Amino acid sequence: MSHSLEIRGLVKAYTPGNPVLKSIDLDVDGTGLTAIIGPSGTGKSTLIRCINRLVDPTSGTINLCSDGRCVDLAGLKGRALRENRRLIGMVFQEFNLVERLTVMENLLCGRLGYVGAWAAWRRKFPQADVEHAFDLLETVGLGNFANQRADALSGGQRQRVGIARALMQRPKVLLADEPTSSLDPKTSFEIMLLLKEQGRLNNIPVIVNMHDVELARRYADRIIGMSGGQIVYDGAPDGLSDEFLKQIYGGEAWL
Amino acid sequence: MLSTTSAQRVSTAFRVDLWTRVLVLLLFVYVIYAASQIGFSWERFVSGLDNGARFLKRMFPPDLSKMDILWKGISESLQIAVLASVAGILISLPLGLMGARNLMPAWLSWTARTLIAICRSLHPVIMAILFVKAVGFGALAGTLALVVASIGFIGKLFADAIEEISEKQVEAIRATGAPFPNLVLFGVLPQVLSRFIGFSTYQLDSNLRNSTMVGIVGAGGIGGPLFSAFQRFDYSFVFTILVTIIMIIVVGELLANYVKKVFYV
Amino acid sequence: MSDAILAHPDGLLEQRIWQRHTTAQRLVRFAIWLVIVLAIVQSLRTIEVIPEFLYDAPEQMGDMLQRMWPIDWPYYAVGVHAALVETMHIATLGTLLAIVLGIPFGLLVAGNLTRNKALNFIARVVLVSSRSVNSLVWALLFVAVFGPGAVAGTLAIAFRSIGFVGKLVGEAIEEMPRGPIEALQAAGASKASEIRYGYWPQLKPAFWSIVLLRWDINVRESAVLGIVGAGGIGMALDTSLNLFQWGRVAVVLIAIFAIVIVIEVVVTQVRRRVL
Repeated sequence: MSHSLEIRGLVKAYTPGNPVLKSIDLDVDGTGLTAIIGPSGTGKSTLIRCINRLVDPTSGTINLCSDGRCVDLAGLKGRALRENRRLIGMVFQEFNLVERLTVMENLLCGRLGYVGAWAAWRRKFPQADVEHAFDLLETVGLGNFANQRADALSGGQRQRVGIARALMQRPKVLLADEPTSSLDPKTSFEIMLLLKEQGRLNNIPVIVNMHDVELARRYADRIIGMSGGQIVYDGAPDGLSDEFLKQIYGGEAWL
Repeated sequence: MLSTTSAQRVSTAFRVDLWTRVLVLLLFVYVIYAASQIGFSWERFVSGLDNGARFLKRMFPPDLSKMDILWKGISESLQIAVLASVAGILISLPLGLMGARNLMPAWLSWTARTLIAICRSLHPVIMAILFVKAVGFGALAGTLALVVASIGFIGKLFADAIEEISEKQVEAIRATGAPFPNLVLFGVLPQVLSRFIGFSTYQLDSNLRNSTMVGIVGAGGIGGPLFSAFQRFDYSFVFTILVTIIMIIVVGELLANYVKKVFYV
Repeated sequence: MSDAILAHPDGLLEQRIWQRHTTAQRLVRFAIWLVIVLAIVQSLRTIEVIPEFLYDAPEQMGDMLQRMWPIDWPYYAVGVHAALVETMHIATLGTLLAIVLGIPFGLLVAGNLTRNKALNFIARVVLVSSRSVNSLVWALLFVAVFGPGAVAGTLAIAFRSIGFVGKLVGEAIEEMPRGPIEALQAAGASKASEIRYGYWPQLKPAFWSIVLLRWDINVRESAVLGIVGAGGIGMALDTSLNLFQWGRVAVVLIAIFAIVIVIEVVVTQVRRRVL
């Protein structure tokens, strides 16, 4: 089963006449980790959030394709939107766990797109989901944490739960919006490794938004550099020369 | 509890614990019991709804002919609210200070707090009834009743607020050798003033609401005309009065927010 | 906040003045003080206070207190106890009903949960109206519709409390962090699931605090509803007052006082243990 994302002519203007995203064309497929880098305000976060429609695009198409069948995410509403959102997993910078719920409860929330309304209200999840949750907890190294409250965990642990929750959806694409920006360097490496491995294991593309160029170079299979709302570099990490970095970020002192 | 057998792993996620279940069941039983105790019956309720629909019809259109009575009642309610709030604030300031256990000797704070607690326990309407018996019908009884209610509210919260202040700031002023009044003025008050203003505006709003009903027992304000309108079955006038009360309270809330902003609360 | 005039254009240093507020701010504050003072003066001038009654007051109160002695204790078993229990029922049922009716409005009035501005507005109007009308006035209304008795009292308490519960629930929801909600949306959860899994767990402590507080206040309010015929101990009070049976009035007042204190203690204890 092959999955891919095809973005064509994506434009987003928060205020009319001032587009943050200026006609983005992008294809993502395979199982690699794609890192999007660029200075703050250049639209990296907007781009990622347009994919699962946490932000509504102004124009353009976002096609999520499985085995040749494509759905344009940009135009969906209501039930269709929810059904397609569950195919896209997302990991957040601030982890976004429900603090007062336990780890297991947070994981089960990942299945909310799949259980029926009545079962969701009664909070009864199928045993298969519970088993899947336990398996994922082992995978991310939190096997004994199932009944711990989310707010009792460290940052790195919370992000692992976040990743497990996203994987509970059995997504076709995994998105990550600055997943390591709130973590210390060692934990950042672990999380990036986890994202990369899980992408390969589950046969899905992983798209990560980040501002740490070295981290991107180390873990990404493909780097996309954005500047001023447009893609200015799209290629392998070793091709990312200082010239390109200057173009993306401006200034030289930090290089 | 987790049991990692080869068959199934059990999760306790979202499980409702036993105590909560029991509590919910008890509550359910209580509701049925209490409803029967107070004479609730489905037929009566349904006929009441029917009655209610007829009632609503009689409220429209609102009676706009008795504006002078309305105005007199409303302005009296406003006067009661304003005077009661001012008097209540003026009395609560020293009384609350006296009730602060970290500033005052125990006998004084205990006495002050008991006084405040007594003021708090009795409902404004009950106080209004008692004051009517004591000082006669009219706005004086209403004002006195609300003064008592204000003291009970502002006094307690003010005393609590003073007890929560940072000791260090008070210590610093004490170390300069300042006399007690200055200590209070510069060490204590700056920390609690904004909260005091917050309580006072809340109580002004509360007094505004209460002043509209003390008249029901003869203590002045719009409550009087409201009650007599009910007794005359003059529901369209009732509606006029209610809408006016709601509007006044909304305006009062907006004004209070504005005043708070200006005084940096 | 401070206004320091440092240097004169000519190079001479003017005296530095420390003012707590700028001139404009001082004018506004003064204007407000003026309005307040005018309101007070006007109220004092026009309020109908008959001086004789005012001088009489202490004597009258003393007289009233005297008549309350001896306290008619036996009356408690006969007239007061059942009414007190009924008062508790009114308060509790009324509070429960208010929760059931108030939560939906609380959800509707929260701008981050319900995006529809029209719904926000309607919910706000309902909640404000509920809060602005006293429980006593609601009681008058319901006595007129459902007849005298505790049913009218329960509905009065409920309808007054809807505004309280709804407003505070709405505010609690608006203060919640957006993040976890976004995560649930991104996973494809429905609105109902958003509420059940995202908002409710975080809302719980504040919610129970609000409910306990309102129950406490409702016990006090239920005690007086009987004055307009809506059941509870207020009716016993009303009857004894009308018949000038001051000994009984005393018993009723003490009973009301006692139950209010008991409830306060209960609520404080529950607060400490559970919240």
